[in-house]
Amino acid sequence: MTVMTSSEISAIEERYPQVFRRPAYKRFGPLLLLLGTVFYLAYAMWFFSLPQVLRESHWERLPLFLSQWISYDLQPEFRLDQPEITPKYPRFSALGENPNPDWVIKDRDGRFTVLIDGPAKSVIFDKTEATIMANGLTVPVSLISGKPVISGPVPDWITAHDDEVVAKMGFVGEVRVTVDRVKVRKRFLGWANFVFDTRSPFFGKSAGEVMSLIWSGPELKPGTSNLALAGDNIWNNAQWQHGDVWTKLLQTIVMAFLGTLLGGIVAFPLAFFAARNITPSGVLSQVLKRFFDFMRSVDMLIWALFFTRAFGPGPLAGSAAIFFTEIGTLGKTYSEALENIDDKPREGVVSTGANGLLVQRYGVLPEVVPVFISQTLYQWESNTRGATIIGAVGAGGIGLKLWEAMRTNSNWANVFYMVLLTLLVVFIFDNISNFLRRRLSRTIHDYNRLQAEQG
Amino acid sequence: MTLSVTAPPGAPHQMADAWRRQTSLRRFYTVLGVALLLVAMFASMWFADEANAGHFFDRLPHILDFLSWLIPKDWNDVWRALFDIVSPHDTGNQEFNFPLGRVYVWGGFYIPEYFELMLTTVNVALVSTFIGLVFAVPFSFIAARNLTPHPLLRLVVKRFMELLRAFPEIVIAGLFAAIVSIGPVAAIIAIGLHSIGALGKLFYEINENIDMRAEEGLRAVGANWFERVRFAALPQVLPNFMSYTLLRIEINVRISTIMGAVGGGGIGEELKLSISRGFGAKTLALVLLLFTTIFIVDQFSAWLRRRLVGEQAFVMSA
Repeated sequence: MTVMTSSEISAIEERYPQVFRRPAYKRFGPLLLLLGTVFYLAYAMWFFSLPQVLRESHWERLPLFLSQWISYDLQPEFRLDQPEITPKYPRFSALGENPNPDWVIKDRDGRFTVLIDGPAKSVIFDKTEATIMANGLTVPVSLISGKPVISGPVPDWITAHDDEVVAKMGFVGEVRVTVDRVKVRKRFLGWANFVFDTRSPFFGKSAGEVMSLIWSGPELKPGTSNLALAGDNIWNNAQWQHGDVWTKLLQTIVMAFLGTLLGGIVAFPLAFFAARNITPSGVLSQVLKRFFDFMRSVDMLIWALFFTRAFGPGPLAGSAAIFFTEIGTLGKTYSEALENIDDKPREGVVSTGANGLLVQRYGVLPEVVPVFISQTLYQWESNTRGATIIGAVGAGGIGLKLWEAMRTNSNWANVFYMVLLTLLVVFIFDNISNFLRRRLSRTIHDYNRLQAEQG
Repeated sequence: MTLSVTAPPGAPHQMADAWRRQTSLRRFYTVLGVALLLVAMFASMWFADEANAGHFFDRLPHILDFLSWLIPKDWNDVWRALFDIVSPHDTGNQEFNFPLGRVYVWGGFYIPEYFELMLTTVNVALVSTFIGLVFAVPFSFIAARNLTPHPLLRLVVKRFMELLRAFPEIVIAGLFAAIVSIGPVAAIIAIGLHSIGALGKLFYEINENIDMRAEEGLRAVGANWFERVRFAALPQVLPNFMSYTLLRIEINVRISTIMGAVGGGGIGEELKLSISRGFGAKTLALVLLLFTTIFIVDQFSAWLRRRLVGEQAFVMSA
């Protein structure tokens, strides 16, 4: 290994001054940027009073909410202070009227067994004693002294309050025992009554039974075929509101489609007058470009709020908001595409003595149409996402329904259902748009190749 | 070996016919496509109109009525609303109580309410973009085909980012509003998570297009993964990363305004209230401020991007 002499080192230094002797702002730039960022973050923490917000937040709710997305629970209550113990289910429970689930077992001597997760996690009780079983332990709770009393050691999954014993069994549920009642919460994976709600005559029937009823059963509701009845029951399912959700979803799709398409139709002719190389007057070009900037900078939210006031809440307001924003966005991108065209085809058409319109049609359009369509598709795709958000301010579509379902904090399964549908729609439209754009870019590619070959 | 082709006698006719057939077929497809699009458009218009609370042609004559409340009786009220100056029309009602919103900082010096709200919105956008940037950079190196430490890890990170991107911001915001209470912090988390996905995708696509020779050189001298990414990949992609981050700031300012309108704090909320109550001067002041801010952010970011990556950032590739 050779060792460099100091003269060699200084020679290298002299040869590459841009590496070794950089100006101060370049040397300290990154450091200053870092310091600035740190200062800004500290300021932002103070500005949003982050420590306080985090202290007051309820992170323990997160797993609960997330588990509610894909599960539902049943909460039977058993009164012990009545002559005979009877299970009571809350109104509108997922089991419908007169439930008789197989996980609530009544013995001949009036004793109840509730299987929360098979016999391993269960509770057996009568008026004098409740026995809670979970995690391999059996914990008897005596109820005769006017207070629930646990004999023996209390495991850590049981909390013994003065008048109530709470046994948490994880995801599957919990048991609450007082002297006069036993409350059970049993959690099931999945969505309850997703197809038929409890009021439907098809409720509780297996798929095969429903099929045979529709195919050859007697009319359940006189005057309507069973198929129509089943369709109506699904569409108007009170718990899931399939009909409403799907209509709102269609509204969101329509808003994005209509807004983008109309925006494109209006922006198309304007872009020709805004493009520097095509416009008949430079002033007009500047005016139009500032107009596009204006339409874009007045945010989609402002347009949405204005049109909601003008037309009332609904997809019309949303479409109009997207339409106005898109005039700006598409006008800008179209005119930029026009400014980047190759001038030779146009010169060729001009040299044949064609008039202005014909020059645009045969000299310019073939070159830009694929780019225009591609950009419009891209905007359509991104507006499909955006339409969900502006819907929440009243501009129609699934956004508002989603936001309301979330604000009530109770129906996270419904929220998840709508989220899944929205994701599906976004996914489908992404793929359609990507597929079309890929085909178009092949066209553009071929066109460029042909041009290159012809010189 | 030579290949000789002799044209059959009727060839020119056949070619002309084929060409005519092809063009007429193409024209037929174009007309069909446009017709379908028009049918879809009119059907959509009808559907949107039916589903809306007010109908288009019923409401159209009243559009100007709607504008009439927007025109203030006294144009000076717009400035007064903007800077929280006492208005002579103030009779204690909410429409003209401008000085009430003053945020006093030092003695008699105050920040006008709307500027404070605008600051909140911009800060939400900046902080959430920062969150996006911080996570998207390492994720993008893991997700790039040519730089990934492990293909399986790449797949996981890619799917994760796709999920973050596809999830509507409003759902994340709603979920976190229930956890950290409704307000700007929930909006930051929602927009930040979305930005991770959005920036991460753009970033890893840049990473996959880098010149790999520098990386090969570092690999040859035994550099580890971190060193290869830091000294071979990062210098190549940094300008583009910054350019896309600036673009994201523009988008996030808009989204954080919308988030504000659904409870995320900031100027969106005030604007929504003001429009729904029909306060002309306040609405105009808010729109003016919002418009100016978005315009300035857009222009500044465009200027900076032009300096960072040149014109290339402005030519949209198809």
